[in-house]
Amino acid sequence: MEMIADAASWCLIVLGCFFLVTGALGMLRMPDVYTRMHAASVIDTIGATLLILGLIIQAGPTLIALKLVFVLALFFFFSPVASHAVAQAALHADVKPILSEDRRDRDVPDGPEAKSGKGARS
Amino acid sequence: MFYVATGAVLLALLFAVIRAIRGPTVFDRVLAANTIGTLAILLLASYGFLTGRPEFLDIGLTYGLLNLIGTFAVLKFFRHGDLAYDITEDQEKPGWK
Amino acid sequence: MRTLVLATALAAFWLALSGHYTPFLISVGALCVILVVYLAHRMHIVDEEGQPVELFLAAPTYWLWLFVEIAKSAWSVTWIILDPRLPISPTFTRVRAGQKTAAGIATYANSITLTPGTITTGVSGDILDVHAIVKSGADDLEAGGMDQRVTQFEGNASTARREKA
Repeated sequence: MEMIADAASWCLIVLGCFFLVTGALGMLRMPDVYTRMHAASVIDTIGATLLILGLIIQAGPTLIALKLVFVLALFFFFSPVASHAVAQAALHADVKPILSEDRRDRDVPDGPEAKSGKGARS
Repeated sequence: MFYVATGAVLLALLFAVIRAIRGPTVFDRVLAANTIGTLAILLLASYGFLTGRPEFLDIGLTYGLLNLIGTFAVLKFFRHGDLAYDITEDQEKPGWK
Repeated sequence: MRTLVLATALAAFWLALSGHYTPFLISVGALCVILVVYLAHRMHIVDEEGQPVELFLAAPTYWLWLFVEIAKSAWSVTWIILDPRLPISPTFTRVRAGQKTAAGIATYANSITLTPGTITTGVSGDILDVHAIVKSGADDLEAGGMDQRVTQFEGNASTARREKA
């Protein structure tokens, strides 16, 4: 039983490390700040989660596992806030994104899905 | 085996530091600093396990909170040139009714 | 009611993090809880938006679904990064959030940002500006699958609220 848990946790840790390194590599390779953010969010979400899940299995049902869960929750609540803030600040400072297509001026339809949603709510 | 985790985190940290040094705009650096913070927490966690002292996690939690505040402080400073700006500036934009 | 939930959560958090249960530390913890609750009241943030208890009741299934989404898109972003040609096609788009509460829209915007490959860059009213690293990511958001899932999650939460009332 313990061996299975061990194997599972090592799988998670190694996979998490793979995503960490890939995300960091992406931060080096991407051409502008907005695309780098996507690479950073790979680190913040999947890499951190898998690594911490692996450590939780290693820690067993102790206070340490609970603290690891808190760290995980911290990532999940704060990392989108931080990347949103960076993106907004960069836009505000007129850092031009490299774009292959800009649909920001598309007029947002009150499309069928939005409409049916609204109907269902009222 | 915790060596693998620690090593990978250190490698990722190295990449993030290179980005922080090279980053052409200040936002690249803030982003890299934020990522370095995340990786530092993970490093504290895995290093704590490596040395059998998982109490490091408390430091990690604190670091996470400070990391967010630090990111916001720097962004706000570069946007307003001041940490105690006039709030009416932001309220001209269309927002919540 | 919300005050009680907040105080209980804070106390549990303190006890879980401290790990030492001497009378002195526990009384300091109680003091901290009282202080924080008092400050929260002064700031008027103990309300539906600041402390969406109902959302947390419906959250676990939503988080599970969100985690699967994150894993899927992280996988595709990983292959984009590792591909030597770096096949990115960054796209800016805007989508409408179909949620009715501020907490619901915030959930949607944060879910978009959490998913690797898409980032919410701006919110005004219920219109979200989204930057996607590949075109297909923007197309998926415009199709509105995630929007519907968040609306459903919000709907579950409000049903729970009605049942409690």
